[in-house]
Amino acid sequence: MIHASSNEQPLWQHHSAKQTLLRWLGWFWLVAITVVSWQVMNENTIWAFVSDAPEQAVDIGSRMFPPAWGYISNLWEPLWDTINIATLGTLLGIIFAIPVAFLAATNTTPSTRFVRPVALLVIVASRSINSLIWALLLVAIIGPGLLAGIVAIGLRSIGFIAKLLYEAIEEIDESQVEAVRATGASGVQVIDYAIVPQILPAFWGISVFRWDINIRESTILGLVGAGGLGIQLNASLSTLAWNQVAMIFVVILGTVVISEWVSARVREAVL
Amino acid sequence: MPEQSLTQTYPTRWKRPPVLLTNPLWRRVIAVGALVYLVLAIQTVEVDWQRVYLGLERGWRFVQGFLVPDFTTRWNDIYYGLIESLTMTLTSTVAGVLISIPIGIGAARNLAPAPVYLACRSIITLSRSFQEIIIAILLVAMFGFGPFAGFLTLTFASIGFLSKLLAEEIEDCDHSQIEAIRATGASWWQVVNYAVQPQVMPRLVGLSLYRMDINFRESAVIGIVGAGGIGATLNTAIDRYEYDSAGAILIIIIAIVLVVEYSSSYIRRWFQ
Repeated sequence: MIHASSNEQPLWQHHSAKQTLLRWLGWFWLVAITVVSWQVMNENTIWAFVSDAPEQAVDIGSRMFPPAWGYISNLWEPLWDTINIATLGTLLGIIFAIPVAFLAATNTTPSTRFVRPVALLVIVASRSINSLIWALLLVAIIGPGLLAGIVAIGLRSIGFIAKLLYEAIEEIDESQVEAVRATGASGVQVIDYAIVPQILPAFWGISVFRWDINIRESTILGLVGAGGLGIQLNASLSTLAWNQVAMIFVVILGTVVISEWVSARVREAVL
Repeated sequence: MPEQSLTQTYPTRWKRPPVLLTNPLWRRVIAVGALVYLVLAIQTVEVDWQRVYLGLERGWRFVQGFLVPDFTTRWNDIYYGLIESLTMTLTSTVAGVLISIPIGIGAARNLAPAPVYLACRSIITLSRSFQEIIIAILLVAMFGFGPFAGFLTLTFASIGFLSKLLAEEIEDCDHSQIEAIRATGASWWQVVNYAVQPQVMPRLVGLSLYRMDINFRESAVIGIVGAGGIGATLNTAIDRYEYDSAGAILIIIIAIVLVVEYSSSYIRRWFQ
């Protein structure tokens, strides 16, 4: 935008006057709302606790180090449980996510008006609620243990897998569907021969990606009683055994790094 | 003779070739391995069916609570939890974005010198390797209960997420524009301001809004370990077996996530 300055020399400016005003207004509101939020949020904050945080940090740090290396003998079984929760939970999620995805994709749903909104609602409800909250509910309903963790991970995975999968289904090449249909194939055969081969790589990629996330999440589900490493974490935290907590963190970090590596390799191979 | 060879070259039966894993040996090994794992894994799951049966009644009560939620009885708790969650979400997103911009620029290989690059990348790795709950546990132990610890947790988690994606976006920038601005004799700051910033701005806005969405969802969780917000209210409601209040809270969470998701996709379209 070219502006005439006082000495009649054309001066280049990034925005017009109206744009500048709008921008300032936008920034003003953002800052104002943030400041008000900060005030409201910290109404009940006890600043004495905040100001002695460095001392607390040093204290906890000194208790955490060195980690209780010997404690690892108690951790193998919870670790195995954690991996099982993540894997079986992912499987459960996949089993339910596949039909939901086909019902939600505009090109495969039987009815865009009635069935699709229901499928989308299932996806949204599953996605907005964290697996820890699902676990909290399920521990109250079916009791503590691995099963609650598996179902919690499964419920959370449905939305994630179904969302990415239905987007993949919507992006398929329709000419292949038409070609298979032209041979006289039934609806099931069209899905089997025209749609499934096109989305299979995406499907494996999504599933392994979710499995990787689920490993992360299942490490802490035990905090609310749903089995795995989190149970040991909770026990160590409530007895303030910070060196055991540090050991558990090391195990969690190791597991997460390995699962991330596995998932990256598999996705590389598949996609 | 020609007819005979014709029938021989065209088989009448067709077997679909495998899409993935073309090596049959690997296919078999993986199938057997998966089966063995499944059997072993399912054996570790001990299910107390009697407890599950007793729980079904509770589960039914929860479904009823979800269908007929009770917003009024615990409205004060829900209201304060919500306000804490929402303020926590906004302040931590703003703080996260402010801190992420310098770290993101520092972690972009095409703008930062090697030592700065390595320092910023290690900050990102540190922030990304632990999940919010674990950070929240530590920060609650240090800073005391309440939304301030939650704010710090979400800010810390936002930094890793936003800086990493921002750095990737800067590295994917159109180089000719950077070169053109640099050719005018622009300093490093001017290159960032006139060549990089206009290219990454729409993406940065989109990422910040996306992170805001994530931060709200996480704010509903970290309350379970004492970091304030609606999660604490939900935890209390479930502990008291007040499933109708819990149902109300879950419905509010889903509704807010939906509103944030839709409005952020609307705002993003406006910026691009």
